[in-house]
Amino acid sequence: MTYQIHSSERIHHSANRAEFITCLTEILPAQSVLTEIEELKPYECDGLPAYTQVPWVVVLPETTEQIQSIMKLCHQQGVPVVARGAGTGLSGGALPLSNGVLLSLVRLNRILKLDIANRTACLQPGVRNVTISQAVEQYGLFYAPDPSSQIACTIGGNVAENSGGVHCLKYGLTVHNLLKITLVTADGALLSLGGEGLDGPGYDLLALLTGSEGMLGIAVEITVKLTPIPEAVNLLLAVFGDIEQAGEAVAGIIAAGIIPAGLEMMDNATIRAAENFVKVGYPVDAAAILLCELDGARVTVNAETHRVEQLLVEYGASEIRLAVDSGEQQKMWAGRKAAFPAIGQISPDYYCMDGTIPRKQLGAVLKHISELSVQSGLAVANVFHAGDGNLHPLILYDANVPGELEKAEQLGFDILVYCVKAGGTITGEHGVGVEKINAMCVQFSAAELEQFHRVKAAFDPAGILNPGKAIPTLNRCAEFGAMHVHADVRHSHLDRF
Amino acid sequence: MTDLSSQFQQQIREAVENENPVNLVGGNSKSFYGREARGDSMHVAGNKGIIDYEPTELVVTVRNGTALHELESVLAEQGQMLGFEPPCYQNSATVGGAIAAGLSGSRRPFSGAVRDYVLGCKLINGYADILSFGGTAMKNVAGYDLSRLMVGSMGSLGLILETSLRVVPMHEMESTWCQEVKSDQVIGVMSAMLQKPLPISGLYYDGARLFYRLYGTADAIAQSANTLGGEEYASHDQLWSDLNHQKSDFFQDKTPLWRISVAPATEQLPLSGQCVLDWGGALRWLKTDEPAEQVFQTVADVGGHATLFREGKRDEIIFQPLPPDLMQIQQRLKQAFDPMSVFNLGRMYPEF
Repeated sequence: MTYQIHSSERIHHSANRAEFITCLTEILPAQSVLTEIEELKPYECDGLPAYTQVPWVVVLPETTEQIQSIMKLCHQQGVPVVARGAGTGLSGGALPLSNGVLLSLVRLNRILKLDIANRTACLQPGVRNVTISQAVEQYGLFYAPDPSSQIACTIGGNVAENSGGVHCLKYGLTVHNLLKITLVTADGALLSLGGEGLDGPGYDLLALLTGSEGMLGIAVEITVKLTPIPEAVNLLLAVFGDIEQAGEAVAGIIAAGIIPAGLEMMDNATIRAAENFVKVGYPVDAAAILLCELDGARVTVNAETHRVEQLLVEYGASEIRLAVDSGEQQKMWAGRKAAFPAIGQISPDYYCMDGTIPRKQLGAVLKHISELSVQSGLAVANVFHAGDGNLHPLILYDANVPGELEKAEQLGFDILVYCVKAGGTITGEHGVGVEKINAMCVQFSAAELEQFHRVKAAFDPAGILNPGKAIPTLNRCAEFGAMHVHADVRHSHLDRF
Repeated sequence: MTDLSSQFQQQIREAVENENPVNLVGGNSKSFYGREARGDSMHVAGNKGIIDYEPTELVVTVRNGTALHELESVLAEQGQMLGFEPPCYQNSATVGGAIAAGLSGSRRPFSGAVRDYVLGCKLINGYADILSFGGTAMKNVAGYDLSRLMVGSMGSLGLILETSLRVVPMHEMESTWCQEVKSDQVIGVMSAMLQKPLPISGLYYDGARLFYRLYGTADAIAQSANTLGGEEYASHDQLWSDLNHQKSDFFQDKTPLWRISVAPATEQLPLSGQCVLDWGGALRWLKTDEPAEQVFQTVADVGGHATLFREGKRDEIIFQPLPPDLMQIQQRLKQAFDPMSVFNLGRMYPEF
């Protein structure tokens, strides 16, 4: 459905479209400025197809200088801009504006420099995530953050969303793997954040920019840290007849002082869908499975594998499978990595949530989700980055049935509110975008939201970068009527949620 | 366990109303660091205590005045630690001070910096509002990452009341090995070591000897040591503790001491004086009488940044001068948090 931007978040301008397009064609070749409806239509949404908006105009720059000129023009005329990478984002962060420029970064797709001695790569924002690791594999290195969309998503988008992946428990998120960003600001200037070393001078703007959803600037050069490929990798699959036992096993592994490279959980609904989709031999009767990947020096990995196997048995695993060669491991991972499309095959539509909770709350949260699911009449399948408490409930619905999308949105919102109450957050890695902007009113107080707006204004006083995303206006929150429900960690054991 | 947040909020409200700047003082263990802040001292170490610690969640939430060594010993009882190995120049050092200064120890290139471990914080800004950002979750992208912005801001954006930190398990075993390496070869040697998937948790060169700390099972350590060569170094803990807490002889000097952050494989800089290399070459401690401008320029030329860490002229430029655009955005950020300029004025830069 066409998304209606909140009136308080709309940036008004009086630029004439035809004249503005003429100005753009002075900066870019005519074929890099898209203006016809059939050219604009493919950009009407990102990875969240529930909301659409045909952009005013699309530009496809190829150089930093062109981006600077575009921003100077937009700044001068007060025209808002939405930057977009591959458009795989799941929260509508790259949803266009009816009166704004959609700035696609996919043509800036070159690896600018590989510095093996310093283990870094300098990239243009349109470089796809997976190509970084492919380019440096010959040097025994890889780029650690690996979101499931890594074959398509771009590093620029990863920076904007602070993307994670199945290995971030051990190797960190995008923010932990960045060294330097060159940024085009809202008025078209260039800023260099971070440095060639492991930190930069002054305030840590590199951390601030990471995950800022394209609202503070546009990253045009990104230097990332590369990591040596571990000597050995083992992957364990453990089968549980009870999902809470699986949750306890996760806590048990962490308590034993082991940090797996990845620790993932799938519930029965997801196991069935994944098995149906990829046929890798997942146990379809299991209440839950855990995938636990261990990597490092061969002898250490073997010792840890032994220890984890013991723990899994202690915590009630009914079966444990070990994959030591990479072919078997890929097969074992395939179902997890394809979980979303697998759900897509069993349901006409699904709505993916991204709440994060303290691991110990898993049992309570899953129980509550299942109650909410019964109440709403929509099924929910759960995929869980168990190691870091990031839960992806997938709400199954059919957009063609009148009212089901609204029901799915309401159920999603109720799940997020519960995550906040349980001491968690509304988004672990997918970003707020437009999708969770109302839920921000729940998680933050007015004073906190005002602080966010002041930070935004420090970078973009006119508010032309990605307006209406990530941070709600106080007007929106007042209208929405949400009450801010800060969790109090001191009393999180109380059964009041 | 004392919660002084309301009292602090009142003090800050008055400071804002009277436009009376305050100089935040925690354990006073890093008072030598940075420029001298203008304003009356406001002592904040009384707000102390561990609010919540759940070892299996790998998260601890602490008040700013909690002594760093106390927190570390509570974590150690559970076989856990702060992964960034914070320096502790005096026993009085607090967690709030460690966050505000943003300094990390020898583990930094291998397991991350202070900011990498900050999950959330509660602070008082220059509107005297108490604000919470982030939380206790490992992953959280709701709103701008203002808790990480506080790291290294030297108290100039507000008073940190509480911080939630990710903690990590201690390694099963660690030991240190040492070999003599010529100074013109050490960069290449370290770079080669760091390109291999070895279980290294510290890599330090004292000007003549290269020390590397290995972790894991006894077998894994033995195997790596065998690959890398060198002799086991007996005073293992002492070595890293003396380096991080600046207790070794190198740091007992009245010559200006510079902290230089560069790409690790950067060749020896053309600056006179004595230099040791930590972080596999990415952090260099240099004792030199070279003029500050010379140091800043030389380091800027290789894309790094320098800080006059100890001694030298404190009322002048201490931190790497910023290009005008970057300085402007930092000033605007300062304003965004502290419009009446009450927090730690001039501690980082004379401009704010």
